[in-house]
Order: sequence, then C-alpha cells, then structure tokens
Amino acid sequence: MKKMINNIFLSEPAFKPAAEKLLIKNGTVIDTSAEKQYKADIFIVNGRIEKISENIKAEKGCEIIDAKGLYITSGFFDMHVHLREPGYEQAENLVTGTNAAMTGGITSLAAMANTTPCVDNKFILKDIQSRSKELLVNVHQIPAVTLKREGKVLVEMTELFENGALAFSDDGNGIESSETMTGALTYAKMFGTPILVHPEDHSFSEWVMNESFTSTELGMSYLPNIAESINVTRDIEIARYVDGKVHFQHVSAKESVELIRKAKKEKLKVTCEVTPHHFSLTDEKVRTFSTDYKMNPPLRTQEDLDAIHKGLKDGTIDVIATDHAPHPSEKKNVEFDFAPFGVLGLETMFSAGITYLVRSEKLSLMEFLKKITANPRRILNLDADLLKKGKIAELTIFDIDQKWKVDRRKLKSLSINTCFHGETHYGKVRFTINNGKIFRA
Amino acid sequence: MDRLEDKKLLKIKHLLGIKGMCREDLELILKTSESFKQILDTPNKKVAALKGITVVNMFFENSTRTKISFEMAEKRLSADVVNFAASSSSLKKGETLIDTAKNIEAMKIDMVVMRHSTPGAHKMLMENLDSVIINAGDGAHEHPTQAILDLMTIVEHIPNLKGKRVTMVGDIVHSRVAMSNIHALKLYGAKVQVCGPSTLIPKDIEKMGVDVTYDLNEAIQNSDAMNILRIQLERHVGSSFPSLREYHNYWGITNEKLARAKNDILILHPGPMNRGVEIDDDVADGDHQVILDQVLNGVASRMAVLYLLSANIGGEK
Ligand SMILES: [Zn+2]
Repeated sequence: MKKMINNIFLSEPAFKPAAEKLLIKNGTVIDTSAEKQYKADIFIVNGRIEKISENIKAEKGCEIIDAKGLYITSGFFDMHVHLREPGYEQAENLVTGTNAAMTGGITSLAAMANTTPCVDNKFILKDIQSRSKELLVNVHQIPAVTLKREGKVLVEMTELFENGALAFSDDGNGIESSETMTGALTYAKMFGTPILVHPEDHSFSEWVMNESFTSTELGMSYLPNIAESINVTRDIEIARYVDGKVHFQHVSAKESVELIRKAKKEKLKVTCEVTPHHFSLTDEKVRTFSTDYKMNPPLRTQEDLDAIHKGLKDGTIDVIATDHAPHPSEKKNVEFDFAPFGVLGLETMFSAGITYLVRSEKLSLMEFLKKITANPRRILNLDADLLKKGKIAELTIFDIDQKWKVDRRKLKSLSINTCFHGETHYGKVRFTINNGKIFRA
Repeated sequence: MDRLEDKKLLKIKHLLGIKGMCREDLELILKTSESFKQILDTPNKKVAALKGITVVNMFFENSTRTKISFEMAEKRLSADVVNFAASSSSLKKGETLIDTAKNIEAMKIDMVVMRHSTPGAHKMLMENLDSVIINAGDGAHEHPTQAILDLMTIVEHIPNLKGKRVTMVGDIVHSRVAMSNIHALKLYGAKVQVCGPSTLIPKDIEKMGVDVTYDLNEAIQNSDAMNILRIQLERHVGSSFPSLREYHNYWGITNEKLARAKNDILILHPGPMNRGVEIDDDVADGDHQVILDQVLNGVASRMAVLYLLSANIGGEK
C-alpha cells in the first residue's frame, strides 16, 4: 500500500491531472459566498475558471462532466485536521490524508501543529509546505502558538506569518497561562490572524469520557462540560480586553455555545467550530465500549447536541470542521482507558452534515455548505468568493440524495477509526477539482 | 452436586455485569449458592462439578480477597486453576490484553475470571475468546459477584426485600461494588439509597432510581441494611474531601450513630476494611455486622456462578 513516489510521498495520490479544457454541464451551482443558487455550466481552462453561464457550448477537445442532478460549490474547507506528518506516519501522511480529504470533497484544509517535531518554527513549516505543494488539496499548515505547544514561550509569529501561517494553534493542549494567552492574542493582532483555541482546562483529573449519567453507570473517569466552558469564558474576556481574534475549536458543551452567542452579540471577534461527531452522536455510544467513541472533547449529551443544533442554525457556530485524528488500529484496539483520543472525519464530514443536519431539517443546504466553504475561509482571511472568472477552479461536485454505507475498510485514510462505521449516510461527493487536478469518486 | 444437564440454566452466557440480568437468573444463582454453602459445611467441602475444567484467574489489579475467594471456589469445585497476575500498566507497555488472553486460551482453557482497571475490558475479552468470561471487577463499572454475595447475605436475614431500604455508604463515584449492588437490589425490589459526601456521589445517580442523602444520621435511621464501602486512603484526600478525620466524623459508622438505627439493621462491608475510617472497631466486630458471613457466601456464590456458567463451555457466544 505504501509506495515511494519521487521520494516524497509515502503513498499514491488519488487524483489525476484535469483536462486542459473542462466543461461541467447541467449542474446546479451553489455560491455560498453570495448565497445564491442557480443553474449554470462552468468552463475551466488550464485549471482556472473561464466562464460560468447557462448553456456553454463545448469546444473541440474539451472534456465534459455531466453534472445533471448534481450540485457544484466552491471546494469544501476543513479547518481542523491532523495529518500526522511528520512523526506519526503509521497513522496518516500528507498523501493518504489528502486522499481522504478529496474523497470527502475537501479541497483545502488547515493542519494542526501537534506533530513530531512540533510545527513551531519556519523550517518545519516550509518543509511541510514544500512537500504538499504538488497535491490537489491545499494544505495550510497552522503553526503552534507556543514552542512545543508547552504554553510558555510564543513562537516566532511574525516570521511564520510572513511564511504563510494563516493562524496559530496549540491544538491538543489548552493554554494554561492567562498571561500567555493574552500575549498571543495581542501579538497576533498585528497580522489579523486568529488564535485557534483548544478550550480545555487541564486541571481536571484524567478522564476518558463526558461526565453524565452514562459515565456514572459505566464507572468511567469523566470530564465535565465546564472544563471547556471555563476556558471559553476566560478567552472571551481576554479577546474583549485586547480586542483580539479568537476562534474556538471543536466546541462541544452547551455552556460554551451560550457564552459564544453572548460574545457575538457584544460584537467581539469570536468565532467557533463544531465537529460532525459532536452534532451527530451522544455519549450513549460509549456504552458499546468501542474506542471509536473516545475523542477529545468527548461526546456529550442530547442537551448539548440540541444546543449545538440551535447554535448552528442561528449562526453562533460558524464552521463545521472534522478534527480528523487518525490512529492505527493497534493503538485503538485496546482497553478504553488505554486508547488514544480521536476519530477520523475527512471522508464523512459532508455526508454527516447532509444526514444529520440537512435531511433532518436542522439546517438548509445553503446554511450547511457555508459552514464548510465560505465561513472557514473568511475566518482565516482567505478569498471565499471563488466562483468567478479567473479564479483557480476549486470545486466540489456532489449528489445529496445518494445513499452509501460507511465502511471503515473502504476508507482512503491510512487509519480506520471512524465513529460512523456501519451507518447509512446520504450525500456523496462525485468530483473534487483543484489546482488543475481532479478526483473522481 | 448433579451434572448440569437436567438442571435449570442461566440465561446469561458470561457474567460481565448485573445490569441487564433478569431476576430469575439471580434467584437461580442464590438458590445454587445456598446448596454449595451446605457443602462447605461438610468435612469434605469439595465436589467434582468442574473436574476436567480449566479456569484461569487473570488479575491486572491488586486484589487479595476476591482472588482467594475465586480460587477457593474453583478448587472446591475440583477445577484446574491457573493464576495470572500482572499490573494494568504492563498492558500499556507490553503485550496487549487480547494477545495475552489469546495466548493463554491457546493452551486450552475453559473459563476466565478477570479483574481489570478499565470498564468494559471484559467485553473485549468476550469478543476475542471462546472461553466463558467472569468479571471480577472492571474499574468503577461492575463487580457482579460481589453484588451477588452481598445480596445473598442480605436475603439470608431479610428474605423479602421488597420495600426494604438498603443504603450504600461512602465512595459511590469510584465504586464498582455500589453500581452492581444497585442493579441487583433494584431487581429484588429494594429501595436503594446512597449516602456520602457530595463529592463522592456521581452525576445523575438518581436516574438509576436511587435516593441520595449526604446525611448519615438520616440514612442510619431509615435503613434496613447498610453496605459500607471502603475509602481508598491514597485516592481522595484533596479535592474530594478535606481529611480522613472529617470523613470519619461525618460518614464513619460508629456504635454511637448506630444507636438511632432499627434494632435489626444489618451492616455489610465488602472489605478490606479501614478500621477507624469508614467503620469503627466496635461496629466491625459488633452485633449488627455480617461481614464474615459475606466472606463465606462469597466462596459459595462464586462456586454457583462458576458451576452454572460452566454449562456454556464450548457453546456459542
Ligand atoms: Zn483539539
């Protein structure tokens, strides 16, 4: 399965070069930036959009994709991914991770810095950038906030920003010191980049699941909601004090949603994301003792799920991001207490959204798509208005009615730790296009 | 004891926990336990019921009394007994639980008794082995044979538990004994109450249909039986409660506090006891305690569990 290609890639990419001239016909375009939906064809030349309009005639030598019954949007953006390279390549690498991404319709992603070594300096950042250059998926490597993610000394943010850092994150660790957090938010203001915060107060004792009636019956060690919301409260106050930009990662507790809603009403520069598993599943799943339900933050209760649905609907929650966290099966196939935290997400982000949000009418298709296209790009100060002549064709083409069964053995990821194994999902990505390359499902 | 064929069988195939068991199964185990208890009173003390059957005791956590009790039960049934002890931390570093268990099973064994620090570890074992699995404690989740021996001991004194109040006292949040006891007592129609400092009562435990009180004096007055849980000395002093002194003053069982109890209140303790902390000497050795009955019933009821479950050896999962 692992193959050396150009001595760079550990595995074989799943994409092909796109035809020089590519015409997408008969589809429905959903422009999440302008919030418009219309019927149109899209003509792509040399990887860039040449024209979007009705009934474009095919030129000679032009390849045609028939998108009848399908939707076309700007490519999906997952702003929370662990690609595991460098240092943990038995779980995932840049190629398998981005193969999984394009299978899920994701054309751009933000990779977290908890690699070995940690991405806390320009050299590692540039190394990952150069190694992901030739891929279909844009890999935006996010550097750490502090050296080794230890929460003490700030990384060289200015230099990292000049080398392409869109944001900073110590993801995996909550930043314990309020002073360090104040410093980071103040310093990052100079470039307008957000600090992506993993909100967790680590002073609570070791835990494996959410604190609830379920943890009581199962006798498992637990983490209360407030371990998250305490840090959310603090960082909202710091953001208010320094007028900084803070983005809360993988919000899971109903208290956090309420705090962020209030902060937004007060016009603070606060945004947040939720993962598909936190809008789909509750901690009742842990009763199976399957380590596919062990993640950080943990699955919460139905009340939290309801609060998340409400927060998604009213715009409190800006973004859906996966926290894709691969682990090899030998690490996960152990007792619950000993297994590492984390589940896969890239290949099921879209289908989980269609299945659990759109089809159950928690969100409209437009509302859902905005959270995986335009919103994350805006938070990271990227161009979100991609469906225009002259722009690089970064597109996802999908069917929202197609049913499929999630099967861990059929995933493109190098790991198999999905929490949706065996479920029937709706919504399938058919084509993923970016950087002059194309992936066909 | 007769061969099993013409006996009633349990609905369960393994004993992973009390939750999900039916009352008929518990009744059958208790009835069988009483028969074994009579055998333990004879000079020979031994039956051939598990002759030719190999039982492995896998203990990944320190346990003296549960291990001895199981071993005694197995030997009284004439089983071949193998003991395997290791620390849970060795599982994190070395060979995995599944590999360890599969290796042992490859040597042709029939039943596994396991103590493990992680809730649900037995389910993993069951899914990966063909042997009959008995849970001897998994973290703070379940300790089913303890609940069975406690139930047996209570029922010997209070034959009809319906409407009687049984209180679990102490560290409920870290207690597999409490969880299994609650499930078992509810099946027998008892009113179950938990009592302890608020930091040691787990979230939403009322949803299990139990009453909660922090006031030991109140609990002592309204209880027909009390099960006094062990305080793990090393574990709690700090954010859970201020000191052992304060714990003893407010939640330790003393004769003075027992003066307000019903005349025939039963005092149980799963052991090992911290005398002077959760229970005073004069209570531990007093008229209300049935602690040594519990120990003997432990052997008898584990014999019953092993014997009844041996019917599933070689059967499907
Ligand atoms: Zn995180």
